[in-house]
Amino acid sequence: MSSAAEPAGPPFRGRLRVPSWVGVVPFFVYVAAFLILPTAIVVGGAFAGTHGPSLTNISALTQPYILDSFLHSVVLSASSAVIGAVVGAVLAYAVASGAPNGVIRRVVTSACGVLSQFGGVTLAFAFIATLGGAGFITLWLQEHGVNIYANGVWLYQLSGLILVYTYFQIPLMVIVFLPALDGIRPQWREATSNLGGTSWHYWRHIAGPLLLPAFLGCLLLLFANSFSAYATAAALINQGGLIVPLQISNALSSEVGLAQANLASSLALAMVVIVVVVTALYSWLQSRTARWVR
Amino acid sequence: MNRRRHRRLQLFRTIVLVVLGIFFLVPIGAMVEFSTRGVGINSPRTLSSFTSIFSYPDLTGAIVASLELAAITSAAMLLLLLPTMVWVRLRVPRMVRVIEVLCLAPLTIPAIVLVVGLAPLYQWININLSDSILTLGFAYLILVLPYAYRSLDAGLSGVDVRTLSEAARSLGAGWATVVSRIIVPNMSSAVLNACLLSVAVVLGEFTIANLLNFENLQVAIATIGRANAGVSIAVAVASLLFVFVLLLALSFVSRSGSRRRRVRVGVT
Repeated sequence: MSSAAEPAGPPFRGRLRVPSWVGVVPFFVYVAAFLILPTAIVVGGAFAGTHGPSLTNISALTQPYILDSFLHSVVLSASSAVIGAVVGAVLAYAVASGAPNGVIRRVVTSACGVLSQFGGVTLAFAFIATLGGAGFITLWLQEHGVNIYANGVWLYQLSGLILVYTYFQIPLMVIVFLPALDGIRPQWREATSNLGGTSWHYWRHIAGPLLLPAFLGCLLLLFANSFSAYATAAALINQGGLIVPLQISNALSSEVGLAQANLASSLALAMVVIVVVVTALYSWLQSRTARWVR
Repeated sequence: MNRRRHRRLQLFRTIVLVVLGIFFLVPIGAMVEFSTRGVGINSPRTLSSFTSIFSYPDLTGAIVASLELAAITSAAMLLLLLPTMVWVRLRVPRMVRVIEVLCLAPLTIPAIVLVVGLAPLYQWININLSDSILTLGFAYLILVLPYAYRSLDAGLSGVDVRTLSEAARSLGAGWATVVSRIIVPNMSSAVLNACLLSVAVVLGEFTIANLLNFENLQVAIATIGRANAGVSIAVAVASLLFVFVLLLALSFVSRSGSRRRRVRVGVT
């Protein structure tokens, strides 16, 4: 049936038929030049030695200060992801249980859209204005006799970064978790109470197991998100290589030469491997959710 | 019992929205407070930080550059992505998945990783083509691909591309006419959505510009912040408001767009 329709084509076709691959050439050339080539440069740089390929740059990753930065990155990403996922899920539930087209929902989702994307430098300055040495909250608490920095200025350290990162992790969680919550039908809750179940039964046996894969998936996405964030940390912490992205930027902007550029490549490769593994797990969990959402 | 649960739910929602509202609004409020501070301890509020934005030529240059980049990136995104997506749907459907994977790839490749590979490339571009900050548009187009793709994909799936383009082609329209005068007007809210998301991404971009030594809006904010926090926080407030209004407008536009479409379907 289709074989009869396809090769014949419309009878009025007058002009020369362009081969079908021509239309995708500009896109592929562009993506090859600015996405695939840079990625290849990173991979190539990670395995480049002074004389042909080598593993020197990869083994350079085991230096203590680099391992420390990986440890810090993992701690930062894991804690901000867990806090962001839990608080974000609660906020998403508060939004989802309201009117589907209400003002609250529209304002919250568009605010979350901005806050999850626009983090970066603005966010660092927002927290400097709030909790920095001359920040609003810091001064206000000082007037009331509380010094939040009695044990050192933690805003510019790892614990400060965790707090600052939750500011974009929570909105991101709301955005990615809301579709799963919207997929929960109110009828299931009614059915549970019709059968004599309590709220606890409903969450433990119906909503909980259904939402768990989605929740874990979003948790992984949040982990990858904060693992690859650079701007906020760079604007907040001027020096040193506390986390991996800062190490990469140090290595990249150092004037020492090729060895540092190759170290940047191997750091970047290690980072992308971690992010890709985490994201792959996320999309696997997401596809499990997709089976019942909508 | 049901009413009690309902009341408990309302209480829970109010508490959550108020507490998190405070958490999210306080830093923004603190930025406004900080940027309107006077010089002395008890001096009155002043907008001098906002007005002195224009006395920093570097800053105004960076603002203009970022706005230009936002416009260039959005236009280039539409020119490159939309015809490709339409073409693939019509002529090479088996490539749809490949295009999707490529478009979504920048989500898994962090900007800080991409910039490591872009650095040698930009060295070459800056020597051989141009050293203008606008060359950043090449990299930014990659950054906006995932957001633009999702938005345009959603728009295209609501349009019967094949029938529309076959009808237009049989009436003698060329490919450019099909895309610009048939497809785009039928998915205008998705196109607008893709453009606004691109603008938001470009205006917020810091990583690539900073590490390739270009001074865009965010880099300028970070640099000036080290000398005069008030001014850079003022710029940050202004840009945050700008993007928020942009996205709020978008949510209203897309709502009215979908309502109009529903009405039209009802009429026919």
